[in-house]
Amino acid sequence: MLNPISLAFKKAKEDKRPALLTYTVAGDSSKRQSLEVLKAISNYADILEVGVPHNTPVADGGQIQTSAYRAIKNGIKMNDIFKIVRDFKKSKNSKPVILMGYYNMIFQYGENNFLKKCKKSGVNGLIVVDLPWPENKIFSKKCKKNSIYFIQLISPTTSNKRLKSITKDSHDMIYYISMLSTTGGKLKVSPKKILSNYNKIKKISPKKNCVIGFGITEKTISKFKNTDGLVVGSQICKEITRSLSNRQNPVINVSKMVSKLRKKIS
Amino acid sequence: MKLKKGIPVIDQGDRLGFWGGKFGGNFVPETLKKPIEDLEIQFNKLKNDKNFIKERDFYFKNWIGTPTRFIKLNNLTKHVGGAQIWSKVVSDANGGAHKIYNATVHCLLAKRSGKKVIIGDTGAGYAGKMLSMAAKKFGLECKIFMGAKDIKRQQPNVKAMKKNGADVIPVYSGSQTLVDAVSECMRYWVANCDTTAMCVGSTVGPAIFVRICGWSTSQISRELKVQLINEFGEVPKKLKLYNCVGGGSSSFGFWNEFMDYDKKQVEFIGVEAGGPAKSKKHAAPLTYGSKIGILHGAAQYVNQNRDGQIEETESISAGLDYPGISPLHCFLKDAKRARYTAASDEEALKAYQIVTKYENLRPSLEPSHAFSVAIKEAKKLSKNTIVIINSCGDAYKDRGILEKKLGKKYVKSN
Repeated sequence: MLNPISLAFKKAKEDKRPALLTYTVAGDSSKRQSLEVLKAISNYADILEVGVPHNTPVADGGQIQTSAYRAIKNGIKMNDIFKIVRDFKKSKNSKPVILMGYYNMIFQYGENNFLKKCKKSGVNGLIVVDLPWPENKIFSKKCKKNSIYFIQLISPTTSNKRLKSITKDSHDMIYYISMLSTTGGKLKVSPKKILSNYNKIKKISPKKNCVIGFGITEKTISKFKNTDGLVVGSQICKEITRSLSNRQNPVINVSKMVSKLRKKIS
Repeated sequence: MKLKKGIPVIDQGDRLGFWGGKFGGNFVPETLKKPIEDLEIQFNKLKNDKNFIKERDFYFKNWIGTPTRFIKLNNLTKHVGGAQIWSKVVSDANGGAHKIYNATVHCLLAKRSGKKVIIGDTGAGYAGKMLSMAAKKFGLECKIFMGAKDIKRQQPNVKAMKKNGADVIPVYSGSQTLVDAVSECMRYWVANCDTTAMCVGSTVGPAIFVRICGWSTSQISRELKVQLINEFGEVPKKLKLYNCVGGGSSSFGFWNEFMDYDKKQVEFIGVEAGGPAKSKKHAAPLTYGSKIGILHGAAQYVNQNRDGQIEETESISAGLDYPGISPLHCFLKDAKRARYTAASDEEALKAYQIVTKYENLRPSLEPSHAFSVAIKEAKKLSKNTIVIINSCGDAYKDRGILEKKLGKKYVKSN
């Protein structure tokens, strides 16, 4: 059976558009609300990245940190996150889910237990920010055995030699970090340059789906229409923060935003 | 788990940078893989390069001022009435603490690699102060990340950093202490690693930073060994080396030259920060049996909850106020080469009072933790035992806290 992530890419390709991936933090601003957000945006997004909040994130900028700290403060635990995914998967518009986080959360849960729980709750893929190649070799094999994609990250600093090894070991989806930045940074590289790097990856690994993340917002997203997929994260987290401080409903606002994003690439 | 003899401990990690197969490593975002690899290649080459060592030794001698003093604390010895108590006064070093060694080496490396900017984290403010000094000396632009809480409690060092022309960037996330400063510094490096060099302020972080820092602070024990032989004609038969342990850079440097000695002859005692006596929070992951976790790119014993969220620490000493501990110390603990214990805030303050009462020495709150345990244990030891405490920082930076806790008479006016 095709992993639902691959299926989502396939469907987007049939529509002649990139797949839209969103990132929201589990438990932001509460367990219930983050589930509501997922249900609402899954009307427009193709794949949902669910952030596992961590309190020493070394690659996240201000917006995602704010969301993560808010979720932790509100008491989110690893088991709650699995439950959110499981509940979301039961909803009618459910979409593939990727958990994204830092390795310590997996390490403390125990790799095998973590994967068992992922499978049970319906997680389809994992992005582990601080478990690069080749350190991730063993774990990514375990993921594969459990029919969960381990998504390798590639950055502008990745050498050609590494690029070849990483893509060779990667599963169907690859994540290209558009620029040297933490999440939420302003796009400081030209789309042309980003697309040229993207095409370099596609040339080495034409069959695998490659998404671009970091710096993708309502303003920039339409410049990357000819790609396999695009990830929007910080802008959504920022919208949740903005809604909360304006005493508005984040579910409605975020849903509007994601619907706009989707229109821009359709 | 076992130490190998004849190989520097910093070089005993495996291919992926793990000591003892499980401490350390490189848990970093993909973006940092390349700059870390570049730094590894550069350091592995230069640490055996005669010209580079000559350059390092030149600046260590003429700028940092090596060797720092090795003195007997006669009055304290008499007062305690047991082992002979000595101190290696590392706070003699330019800037007033051991952090200058690592800062200097990082600036030398940055200069050779053509970087124009160097960034660093700081807790007590020493690592930041020294990096700002070294950056100024070597003509590098400097940014220091420091928790907002630490900025408040370590003002003298903040002023020094600014005077040296460094940009001090307050970190407001999390507990607003060292742990958050290191995170923010790493994040800045992720976004700017093409133009900027990073100096991690202790023997923590991705493996290469642990190694560079350990290599740099080992100057302390290189000097001490010569001084011991000058004083006693040999390395004493019963020697005990006490050092405070936060990240673990001064203690590692204080012990490194003596690694291959039997621990019955040269014992290492690391003293962690136990925090306030009444508080459950502490900064002593080795003493209180914290579990292995990942923090700032390395596997180590670290204070964390069941889920893996890093826990807040509490200590009167900003320099020890860190939830993790160097992978080198995890290795030394599990290999049973070093022994670790903790002193509380109150015990450290008391030790500071005793030392300053009997001696013309003013250890900062960090080494005061080590003095506390050393004084307690020295009582029960024989006269031919040589106890040495690394007085790795000067209390000038702590004047605000000392005045508040002990009153004005404990603070000198300089």
